[in-house]
Amino acid sequence: MATVELTFSALPAHVRTARLLATAIARRTGVEESLLDEVRLAVGEACSRAVEAHRLHCPGEPIRIELCDDSGRFEVIVTDSAPSDEQGRDYTSLRFDDPLGQLPGTLMSGFGIAVIVGLADDVEVFPSQKGMRIRMSWPAAAGGLSPV
Amino acid sequence: MDLKLDHHSEDSLTIVEVEGEIDVYTAPRLRELLIDLVNKGNFHLLVNMEKVDFLDSTGLGVLVGGLKRVRAHDGSLELVCTQERILKIFRITGLTKVFGIYASVDEAKEAHGRDK
Repeated sequence: MATVELTFSALPAHVRTARLLATAIARRTGVEESLLDEVRLAVGEACSRAVEAHRLHCPGEPIRIELCDDSGRFEVIVTDSAPSDEQGRDYTSLRFDDPLGQLPGTLMSGFGIAVIVGLADDVEVFPSQKGMRIRMSWPAAAGGLSPV
Repeated sequence: MDLKLDHHSEDSLTIVEVEGEIDVYTAPRLRELLIDLVNKGNFHLLVNMEKVDFLDSTGLGVLVGGLKRVRAHDGSLELVCTQERILKIFRITGLTKVFGIYASVDEAKEAHGRDK
């Protein structure tokens, strides 16, 4: 069940807001304190990638983030509307043997997803012509914490 | 926290002090500073990241871009960082093999002196 949904325009300044929100909800959901930095960074990476993609392809379209507390997991889904040309790529085994030799665009996009894959407990990346959807989750206290 | 940048030179080494968050919003300012320093002939840069609270892949891209620029002039770009949460990002992306990463400015200066 989605507990919080946020849409924001593709502006770099809003990425910080999104990651602060995600961290606050993760804490409230009962994600361990030691994992909160990972949540903050992974959500920031997903939102940054989406903002960059929207600024290239569809700057007027909003980016959507869903933060869910379900079955003892804290789940975050970041959805963008920019057509992805990265379909079929294996995101679980990204390597950067020659980061200095890579094109900046490839480097940035690949780095962001590599960081997410390295940080989140569970990640799925769904690229398509209608946009990319990144789902990531971390263990949380069953039922979450009291909202007090 | 916003990004604060400062820099000063010690012999042939230019030390860049970075404080705050390096992300998609603030990274362009660091990129501009590194480009400006290289354009002014500063080819040996040491970026002190001990006061950096947050670093994402945009920031990594800026540092890699800076490294490429100084290497084009046979220069160097090295880092000072002991924070595990920042070092983890370098490890995940394999960039620990690309950057010299030191525990303190003094240690980096000493290594730079040896390499001269």
